[in-house]
Amino acid sequence: MKLTLHIWRQRNASEKGRMVRYEAPDVNPEMSFLEMLDVLNESLIAKGEEPVAFDHDCREGICGMCGFMINGVAHGPQRRTTICQLHMRHFKDGDELYLEPWRARAFPVVRDLVVDRSAFDRVIAAGGFISAPTGSAPDGNAVQVPKETADISMDAAACIGCGACVAMCPNAAAALFLGAKITHLGVLPQGQPERYRRAIAMVAQAGQEMFGYCTNVGECEAVCPKEIKLEVIARMNRDFLKAVVIGRGAGS
Amino acid sequence: MELDAKIPSGPIETLWDKHRFDLKLVNPANKRKYNIIVVGSGLAGASAVATLGELGYNVQCFCFQDSPRRAHSIAAQGGINAAKNYHSDGDSVYRLFYDTVKGGDFRSREANVYRLAQISVNIIDQCVAQGVPFAREYGGMLDNRSFGGAQVSRTFYARGQTGQQLLLGAYQALERQVAAGQVKMYPRHEMLDLVLIDGHARGIVTRDLITGKVESHVADAVVLGTGGYGNVYYLSTNAKGSNTTAIWRAYKKGALFANPCFTQIHPTCIPVSGHYQSKLTLMSESLRNDGRIWVPLKSGDKRAPNQIPEAERDYYLERRYPSFGNLVPRDVASRNAKAVCDEGRGVGDTGLGVYLDLRDSIQRLGQHVIKERYGNLFDMYERITGENPYAVPMRIYPAIHYTMGGLWVDYNLMSTVPGLYVIGEANFSDHGANRLGASALMQGLADGYFILPYTIGDYLATSKLTKADSSHAAFREAESQVGCRVKQLLEIKGTRSVDSFHRDLGKLVWEYCGMARTAEGLRHALEEIPKLREQYWRDVKVLGSGEELNQSLEKAGRVGDFFELAELMCLDALERNESCGGHFREEYQTPDGEARRNDEEYCYAAAWQYRGDGEQPELHKEPLHFDYVHPSQRSYK
Repeated sequence: MKLTLHIWRQRNASEKGRMVRYEAPDVNPEMSFLEMLDVLNESLIAKGEEPVAFDHDCREGICGMCGFMINGVAHGPQRRTTICQLHMRHFKDGDELYLEPWRARAFPVVRDLVVDRSAFDRVIAAGGFISAPTGSAPDGNAVQVPKETADISMDAAACIGCGACVAMCPNAAAALFLGAKITHLGVLPQGQPERYRRAIAMVAQAGQEMFGYCTNVGECEAVCPKEIKLEVIARMNRDFLKAVVIGRGAGS
Repeated sequence: MELDAKIPSGPIETLWDKHRFDLKLVNPANKRKYNIIVVGSGLAGASAVATLGELGYNVQCFCFQDSPRRAHSIAAQGGINAAKNYHSDGDSVYRLFYDTVKGGDFRSREANVYRLAQISVNIIDQCVAQGVPFAREYGGMLDNRSFGGAQVSRTFYARGQTGQQLLLGAYQALERQVAAGQVKMYPRHEMLDLVLIDGHARGIVTRDLITGKVESHVADAVVLGTGGYGNVYYLSTNAKGSNTTAIWRAYKKGALFANPCFTQIHPTCIPVSGHYQSKLTLMSESLRNDGRIWVPLKSGDKRAPNQIPEAERDYYLERRYPSFGNLVPRDVASRNAKAVCDEGRGVGDTGLGVYLDLRDSIQRLGQHVIKERYGNLFDMYERITGENPYAVPMRIYPAIHYTMGGLWVDYNLMSTVPGLYVIGEANFSDHGANRLGASALMQGLADGYFILPYTIGDYLATSKLTKADSSHAAFREAESQVGCRVKQLLEIKGTRSVDSFHRDLGKLVWEYCGMARTAEGLRHALEEIPKLREQYWRDVKVLGSGEELNQSLEKAGRVGDFFELAELMCLDALERNESCGGHFREEYQTPDGEARRNDEEYCYAAAWQYRGDGEQPELHKEPLHFDYVHPSQRSYK
């Protein structure tokens, strides 16, 4: 099939970008979206034009490195799917697609479709962990975790940190990302001692990174490739509020 | 060169405890005076960084991805082994040790493997404490499953995302040390050379992938946790960025490369669909617990799978290996899949595939149970192939998945270059000629959390290192060489893209140094690879400049190293006149087609020393001794 692509080209963080039109004349429906871009890039190289830069690594939907907007939707039209796992059979001959990098002030563009998501790492460093020095752990079965709790934790822990939630949010909020980590650690018995400190510290760091505030729009949940539920935001808000009320902030 | 593995003496059960006591300690107040560089942030790298930071060392960690959380350990699906014996089904440290040595087809080092089995139990405890949401039973205890050729349930898992959860645990511990000021993280930096001063590893030269800046980083010791080299085949289950450059640069600076031909082909991957294919996707081997593998009995049978009656199906693994059935080790399962496809009984458009059928289990257990166990894998299969695996059997085919070979290390995980440590998949030590399922995560975390942090202290405490900074001539020279190579790649201005060369290289290595190898084929590859490499350095086309994000340039450097590695792999495979584990030489097989080892002549680790470009590398042999698990022919019948 034949597609028309409009791709955001921007040489570096300081230069101005623009949309550039490309024709993809021979797209096989069995290809993945990134393979379609590989083929486009090969043809650009053959013509002496610089290939389109995009982030990707595992191409199995788990590393969280890939992601951009397709026609205004983070990771494109297929739900529960990262771009590397999106296949061309979901498009039609003659489709016109607009590819843009994640949109968020906290994710500045590096080049073309590549953005800088290091803000996420700093949010984790602020408190997204359980302090368990190596070697200090009791036996794995010493503390039981009810299966239901382990499942809630795992559902939240499935977050791949791709940034789609931020890119899709009209406020560029990172609430789903924050909520996922706060839930993953906060429901487990092992995560209790730092539970309230964690919520305060991570939310504060997110503010410093210029992520916006959550206004319950829900776009994040709709595009999350790992189906993280809005429920995690409610859990975050509850932990944050409780921490404020009981006065257990970053220092305790 | 005399290879000294530095294995302590005594009964195997006591070695690690005794050794830990014999290792010299660094005074806590002195730890902050030492700088340690760790390259790679996967399970091995991140766990080492977190632990070294906690101990008080200054650590610099480098990865080429945009965040340490992206490392390819994240893609491991199945699980992690530990000899907890929570199910009282006969497991023990000794049995895990025994299984790993046997599974490795008697080409690993007993002392290392025993230590790995001992430490396995601590890993689970550590990860639980970090908040890794392992699967639980209803009573709240940790759940286990049997996995990939084991007859006991010792595999801990977090749905089909065990690698992700373990890596996030290590990554979070790493970020905690970043916040504490013990660790400085350098994402989007690629190591392009190792720097030695007075024969000791003293730092690295990197390229900042955003600005292109070539920089020197000085340290008292360097740790490589940079993973495997499966992407030499172009198509593999590795992430696109996984590469050999860090360990290859270290090899060229004097570290020996051991058993490069020991590569693992994973039997359950989604088959290739077309020439544009960019990578292969693994379906967790845990599917073999509930799935049955078959092909049509007659060759050329093109009927849809559900129309082939039971009597006309050949469940070839169950037929040939009645006791292990579909759970035979990876190398055996892969070779058998190739054999039935070579007979013309392969399925799918290309004929390179076999069925993995969960129909019987769905009938026995119900779809909801299968969905609970494998739901995410089924979803992934459907996304990639467009077929519904609840209704139609999955098609699978073997693909390169893991490399057992890597830089040679002693019992302390130090390479032949003093001060250069190698951990995780990047080293060679624990898996012999074949790795068992759910053992890679175990080894990465054992090395990073529990072994390296002890052994590196002994080196730092006992070495008298001179003061050095990046103005040292050795750094200047390495920087200039790295700069020249970048410039050279950009100035070729040829006609073919990096990927097109990489594909051609991959085809050669897969054909002649893949699932089955012959002396004739390997000799042919050893003639063809240098020709292609020569063409590469004459005709590759890399656009753009070196002072910006340039993904073609990154790939070009990596592929340049893959060419050289491919030659070493073929040389190693040609030299090893036996079949063992993942290394199957067609000339050496038993009458019924199983691998035939030659313990008289080849019971050693082959460690290759670089002798200069265009020179034949020199082979050193580390003899392997089996005092506990006596070599026998593996039999899974």
